[in-house]
Amino acid sequence: MYKYDQYDQAMVDARVEEFRDQTRRRIAGDMNDDQFKPLRLKNGLYLQLHAYMLRVAIPYGTLNSQQMRKLADIARKYDRGYGHFTTRQNLQYNWIKLEEAPDILAELATVEMHAIQTSGESIRNISADQYAGAAADEICDPRPWAELLRQATTFHPEFSYLPRKFKIAVISAKTDRAALRWHDCALRIVRNEAGEEGFEVYAGGGMGRTPFIAYPIRDFLPAKQIFSYLQAILRVWNLHARRDNIHKQRMKILVHELGEEEFRRQVEEEFQNFLALGTDFPQAEYDRIAAYFTPPPFETGLSEEIDRSDPDFALWVDRQVAPHKAPGYAIANISLKPIGGIGGDITADQMDVVADLAERYSFDDLRATHVQNLVLPHVRKADLYTVWQVLREAGLADANLDLVTDVIACPGLDYCSLANARSIPVAQEIQRRFADMDRQLDIGELKIKISGCINACGHHHAGHIGILGVDRKGTENYQLLLGGSGAEDTSQAKITGPGFDEAGIVDAVERTVERYRDLREPGERFLDTYRRVGLDPFKEAIYG
Amino acid sequence: MGSSFRFRDDTPHEEPAVTLDAFLEQEDATAVRLEAGEDARQLIPYLDRLQLIEISFPRFRDGRGFSSARVLREAGYKGELRAEGDVLIDLIFFMRRCGFDSIVSEHSLNPVDVDAALNRYHHVYQNATDNAVPIWKLRHG
Repeated sequence: MYKYDQYDQAMVDARVEEFRDQTRRRIAGDMNDDQFKPLRLKNGLYLQLHAYMLRVAIPYGTLNSQQMRKLADIARKYDRGYGHFTTRQNLQYNWIKLEEAPDILAELATVEMHAIQTSGESIRNISADQYAGAAADEICDPRPWAELLRQATTFHPEFSYLPRKFKIAVISAKTDRAALRWHDCALRIVRNEAGEEGFEVYAGGGMGRTPFIAYPIRDFLPAKQIFSYLQAILRVWNLHARRDNIHKQRMKILVHELGEEEFRRQVEEEFQNFLALGTDFPQAEYDRIAAYFTPPPFETGLSEEIDRSDPDFALWVDRQVAPHKAPGYAIANISLKPIGGIGGDITADQMDVVADLAERYSFDDLRATHVQNLVLPHVRKADLYTVWQVLREAGLADANLDLVTDVIACPGLDYCSLANARSIPVAQEIQRRFADMDRQLDIGELKIKISGCINACGHHHAGHIGILGVDRKGTENYQLLLGGSGAEDTSQAKITGPGFDEAGIVDAVERTVERYRDLREPGERFLDTYRRVGLDPFKEAIYG
Repeated sequence: MGSSFRFRDDTPHEEPAVTLDAFLEQEDATAVRLEAGEDARQLIPYLDRLQLIEISFPRFRDGRGFSSARVLREAGYKGELRAEGDVLIDLIFFMRRCGFDSIVSEHSLNPVDVDAALNRYHHVYQNATDNAVPIWKLRHG
């Protein structure tokens, strides 16, 4: 993985000192909270319902064992012994004291980590395919480009006071594991007929109260021109976005208002300006970064055999293990969705266990996923049983990847000052309702995503089944949505009708699932059946 | 209240800045003020004779002026480029990188804090409109 040099280290060190100084000026009263807020947000520090929350960047979802152990240390020392993996491959601490935040950033800097631009109206931490460098179906490792763009977009002087947040994702596989087209700018690495590397570029995606799926703005952009093109997109948006209504300032709204053609035209024009300025990083810098992502020294001649004699292990292998590009290796997914737990939460002790496993069995490489799980990307098939035993001991061996209990849920009203309703208890109740493993397996792939408000951090627009918590006359109410997808078959979920109370929404989910079981044809996932039969048969089951 | 910082050696231009609309009607004016959202590119034909362009920052969160400034510098504008309005200490480093060489803030900013903010980062990751050498260039000579 990427390693900081003296320059990268100097940047994060200076950032720590800057934030220490900003915090000092705030505490001294030289700044009011309105003025301090954007500064702390650019360092990932939110004020939540009960305390400050700190969001730590995990660039493109990749971290090593030393970093994971540091996250565990911080959880013990400054928080309540746990952390929460988010839908953007980051990690959040929920119980932070403002005066300690600069010290936490200083601790992170010692392991080449930071919280830069994890919040606020800035270019956010870049997300990527969690199987990058391991996936059997990728063209190349997308992370060198993600790292190049991380640097290019860090402290960008023109784009640090944007109209709203700006999210970028990079993948290079046909299979989309990163909710690509739900980003403001989505990049998929492709090769043209001449074999040259480039990007398929999508623009203007986003969830929130006005969801849009990013539209294809460029079929093929030569890879080395990506920074010019990205800056062109950002400048068109920065100059022309509304600034009078925070709910209408995301780039998707401008794209919608200008129209795709006109937005593309303006971007192309601005792109020519940036190309002439020569701001793109040279090939030598790409090569330098890419050298950090050369594949680990995979052993050859390994056995493909997995001893499946332990049925619990065999079940875990079937659910949690994905094909690897190197013979004899596998990708192992670690579920952070135990039945009745809090999705994405992990204790400091569990972090240490996972760090040890990554170090011993996965070339010191660990990934966070947007579905709030973890991945050991490079495990010898022969080691899977040992890894599973260790995970089971640590309470991390659930076998529910992409099943009905692998629910995404935002922190909701249990933590978040923006939320209208709780998400976590609904997710837990759904998990309990469908806890039976045979039932889960019978239902098959079903992605449930829950948000506690219209900001959609729980990705409800992209759920096969989405749930949106709203406030209706002072009580929590939950809308049901069907048919969304965050995969390569991206689609936006549709609201079924009137909402439900907390118990009612779980019943409605169950009626939806049962109707699917009645209607499905062999081999059909829930989403396939929904797309074939449409909303009506489900509405009938839900509302009678 | 209020404070100003100037980062150029020539004599400050004393003529009052006219609005963009007024300027386009009377092109002999030498100082113009752009409100946030006004198109800086309309000034490009006249950059040679302009000595002061003032760009308004009505609210510190409104970052349109950063792009306007770069557009003007990229088009070859050499005169004074002033950021005026709700300018806070932590914006000034970025403003300098986008080509502003004059700051008139409605706030009373502590010069020591401004100086610290301007000198905190010794390197930058990307080219902008200043002379800073990006890290990638330092890495590869």
